[in-house]
Amino acid sequence: MYMHNLLKRIKSRFGPAKKSSDRGIFLFENTSEVIAGENALKSRGWEIKVMGPPPEIQKGCDLVIEFPLIEQMNLLRTLTEQNIHPLETIPVTGPLLKPVDIYQTKDFGEFLMCRAANMKITVDKSTRIIVNISGGGCPDVPYLAAELCGKKIEEATPPLRLGHTLCGYALEKAYQEIKRQCRQ
Amino acid sequence: MPTIVGTVPEAGFPLTYGEVHIKGRDMYIGERKVAVNRGTPALVAAAFHTANALGGKRPRAYLVGDIGLGDGSRELYAWLSENLAHTEHETIVFHYLQPDVDWQFKILDAANKMPRKPTLIADAGFMYAAKMSGLAGEYDLFTPDIGELAFLADEEAPHPFYTRGFILHEDQDARKLIDLAYKHNNAAKHMLIKGAADLIVNENAVLHEIDSPGCEHMEAIGGTGDTVTGTVSALIASGMPIAEASRKAALINRWAGEITSPTPATQILDIAENIDKACKKVLD
Repeated sequence: MYMHNLLKRIKSRFGPAKKSSDRGIFLFENTSEVIAGENALKSRGWEIKVMGPPPEIQKGCDLVIEFPLIEQMNLLRTLTEQNIHPLETIPVTGPLLKPVDIYQTKDFGEFLMCRAANMKITVDKSTRIIVNISGGGCPDVPYLAAELCGKKIEEATPPLRLGHTLCGYALEKAYQEIKRQCRQ
Repeated sequence: MPTIVGTVPEAGFPLTYGEVHIKGRDMYIGERKVAVNRGTPALVAAAFHTANALGGKRPRAYLVGDIGLGDGSRELYAWLSENLAHTEHETIVFHYLQPDVDWQFKILDAANKMPRKPTLIADAGFMYAAKMSGLAGEYDLFTPDIGELAFLADEEAPHPFYTRGFILHEDQDARKLIDLAYKHNNAAKHMLIKGAADLIVNENAVLHEIDSPGCEHMEAIGGTGDTVTGTVSALIASGMPIAEASRKAALINRWAGEITSPTPATQILDIAENIDKACKKVLD
């Protein structure tokens, strides 16, 4: 009853509660791929839904798979293992939103730090060892930091292979960018 | 005393609840040893040292293992949604948890059914879920860094990874971002914004700006944001008003950094150990 009242209060103040706001959508080339993707993900126990695409979407077929956006990396890994490749991944809240592609770099002299979205990675310029990872809020961040810190940037396993969440994905972007800058 | 809810980066670490104590460089929740590192353990350690400096009761923590698969977070969410309403806590901090809007609804519902509603603080993944749910205003304090503030300011972004570029470009103008976050109901009643200058905000009014002592290397060190959140939770739990606690927490964290003289390679444990000394400097 309390939950009902709370949601009612929220609805009157802010409009409908954003229940789908943490969902993402996979777009596929054709319906066969949607079905194959659905089977692959459901067999791993993921809570997904096959549905029609939002009106803003003008590519792909007329079915999409909705999934928990935060776990995008993990689901994509499952699909790739089955040789299923979505055309695109987009958030339900804003089908036109794109992953962050702005990087901020700070040079501390001996150390170089690169930030992508909420994730930062810092490397010792002379040894190329990853010395710190900061930012983020998903539970794989401390895990990724423990796995990557202390390793040379070229020898560390990329966050894309170890991470599970969108914070992990943001760290992958920062990692690739700092690797690129260290090569220059 | 503050109660801290979060995860440790260790698969298989069981759901654990207990009082926090630190012996030397080792931290324990009840009888279980937890390494002090970035993430919720750094927050817990900072809350412990602050409570210790205040002579107050030790913090308590609900921790579970989760390396990003969300399994541990969901186990903890399920336990809390079932049991939280029957417990008593003065101040609860929700931290590194898999962001999940539906679970966030259930936890907030349970917190609202407690005999006395605690002060609610959200940071990291749980703050992301609170923003996405449209219920940010139900929380007493958020502690975002500048990148996360941009995410709160962007009414469309479901995660900082999708913050739109034109908003990210505004990160030199925190006041503009604060304004947008409140305009779209994506901010808590108070916010402690962590950055080159820390900003303490209440209902869209900037109350304090703190930029010294300053150490730019702190930005690179994983866990320095977590220690601010731990410190502010212990100060609030001691009865200090939220805005004042936020101002003092920002100062304590800065002094802990100053005392440590860190480089960008310093690890958070070294800074956390100086929170006692920093508390004495700021609180005495």
